[in-house]
Amino acid sequence: MSLAWRERMVQVAVRVAGVSAIAFVLVIFFFLIQQGVPALIQVPLPDLLGGRWYPIEDTFGLVPIVLGSLLVTLGATVISVPLGVATAVFIAEVAPRSVREVLKPFIEILAGLPSVMLGFLGIVALAPEMYRRFNLPTGLTAFTGALLLGWIAIPTIVTVAEDALDAVPRAYRDGALALGASRWQTIWRVTLPAARGGVLTAVMLGIGRAFGETMAVMMVTGNAAVIPRSLGALFQPVRTMTATIAAEMGEVASGSAHYHVLFLVGILLFVISLAVNLVGASVVFRARTRAERILS
Amino acid sequence: MKSSVPARRRRRQWTQRAGFALLTLAAVVTTAPIVLIVAVILRRGLAALTPEFLLTFPTNGLRSGGILPAILGTILLTFFMTLVVAPLGIAAGIYLAHYAPDNRLTRAIRVAILNLAGIPSVVYGLFGLAFFVIFFQMGTSILAGSLTLAIMTLPVVITTTEEALRSVPNSFHVVSVSLGGTDWQTVRRILLPQGLPGILTGVILGVERAAGETAPILFTAAAVYLPNLPTSPLDPTMALPYHLYVVSTQVPSMPAEVQYGTAAVLLILVLLMNVIATIIRSRARARRHW
Repeated sequence: MSLAWRERMVQVAVRVAGVSAIAFVLVIFFFLIQQGVPALIQVPLPDLLGGRWYPIEDTFGLVPIVLGSLLVTLGATVISVPLGVATAVFIAEVAPRSVREVLKPFIEILAGLPSVMLGFLGIVALAPEMYRRFNLPTGLTAFTGALLLGWIAIPTIVTVAEDALDAVPRAYRDGALALGASRWQTIWRVTLPAARGGVLTAVMLGIGRAFGETMAVMMVTGNAAVIPRSLGALFQPVRTMTATIAAEMGEVASGSAHYHVLFLVGILLFVISLAVNLVGASVVFRARTRAERILS
Repeated sequence: MKSSVPARRRRRQWTQRAGFALLTLAAVVTTAPIVLIVAVILRRGLAALTPEFLLTFPTNGLRSGGILPAILGTILLTFFMTLVVAPLGIAAGIYLAHYAPDNRLTRAIRVAILNLAGIPSVVYGLFGLAFFVIFFQMGTSILAGSLTLAIMTLPVVITTTEEALRSVPNSFHVVSVSLGGTDWQTVRRILLPQGLPGILTGVILGVERAAGETAPILFTAAAVYLPNLPTSPLDPTMALPYHLYVVSTQVPSMPAEVQYGTAAVLLILVLLMNVIATIIRSRARARRHW
């Protein structure tokens, strides 16, 4: 085989591998649509927009599980964003080198912990604690889920935000310090604003991670498909979209209305995650082009 | 009224001290639970890790005996997954790092990778069910589960491969080309050997993630209990993370030793891969001359 031939073959092979990423996204989307859209025919739209999820009676109102997902994700965001960003700032700007070298592997370990293990600990340790401390009928609540999800989202937020802070040019900090700003003022008024795009991306990716999480949430939120109507609902059981699919798909007959509705929920998850991720990515691109404009 | 300079300086120092204290507190609050989690699981789980627990089948409705089929199942799933995702992901990473022109197709590939990375794991499970299990008639099987996991971990492997290859200094590349090296010779003899530690780290991180995932194998591969070990890739299998889910939620009056023991095995597996990845990375950094 001649050299030129081999070059050509390799080039085609690696390009096919690269393009396969696009192919997979399309195939995934196609199969979700193919299995999910029949639900729109089998179940009338007003029913899908209804407030009751009760598959045994063929009642598939999506409102409770969509709101359940939103409530738990919101709770996780409120917990993980301040903690995650603050930890990233601490690691990137404040911590001495030795502390930094210890903290980073810890965050990596947290990122690698299987969510089912966190769910297990949620059941045996966190939920009983909630039950006792807040005097609730059950510890398996939206709040317990939000707490776990918060810690699942934190490693994503910390790593991405820390990268963004690291990427801020040294000259920015030096300039601020030379002008007499304290380290705190430099962080707060110079470094963080300069890294704003990347930090926002970190937040979006963290939210996406929490929104799509399945096992931990299914194990600790109690899985009651009720519409959360007030903040008090945080301390009651809820059911998320991801948990609904995971808990029910194993038991439905392939081709039934229930089966197709679960795929419809999957389409919703796919589309929302896609939107969150693209928004996160576009923030970075926009910030980068602006920086390039200023620097050129 | 303007405050005096020393007063302002003092206030500034005070703000800084309070701010740094808050940041430190946040870092502690973030990391302390990790120590707690690992400590609790190892302390209660290690006691359960007898040879019998690791090497025998479950008995008495999973309440006693061992978890051998779950351990082997997870090893098989990740093994087959690696066979698929490593060549595909590394090839795609090579393409993006070395061959891809800066055009619309390349940008589309990057968006697609980003998108794959963001798809919730349970949606991968749905896809695997519709595509591999039903459409390709693989049934609930190791093969269907491995392929589903492979697509899920693809973005991790692609991104780390590309990063590893890009971190090789441009001069290496220039020298190779100036000596008459072709594209592929440059990639194979210069970029790949230099980037190997980074690529290996990426594959290991992918395996670590796949080994702990439950949702993608729920409807594609996993079984609650099987009396025999799988004999072909088309058999369903037990798996560690799924087993932990089952013993902690699905079976009443489950002894805590079984739960903590399963969790400990899973944790040790994950930590082990974490440690291997760290060692590869730090050894590569120590040996690097650039």
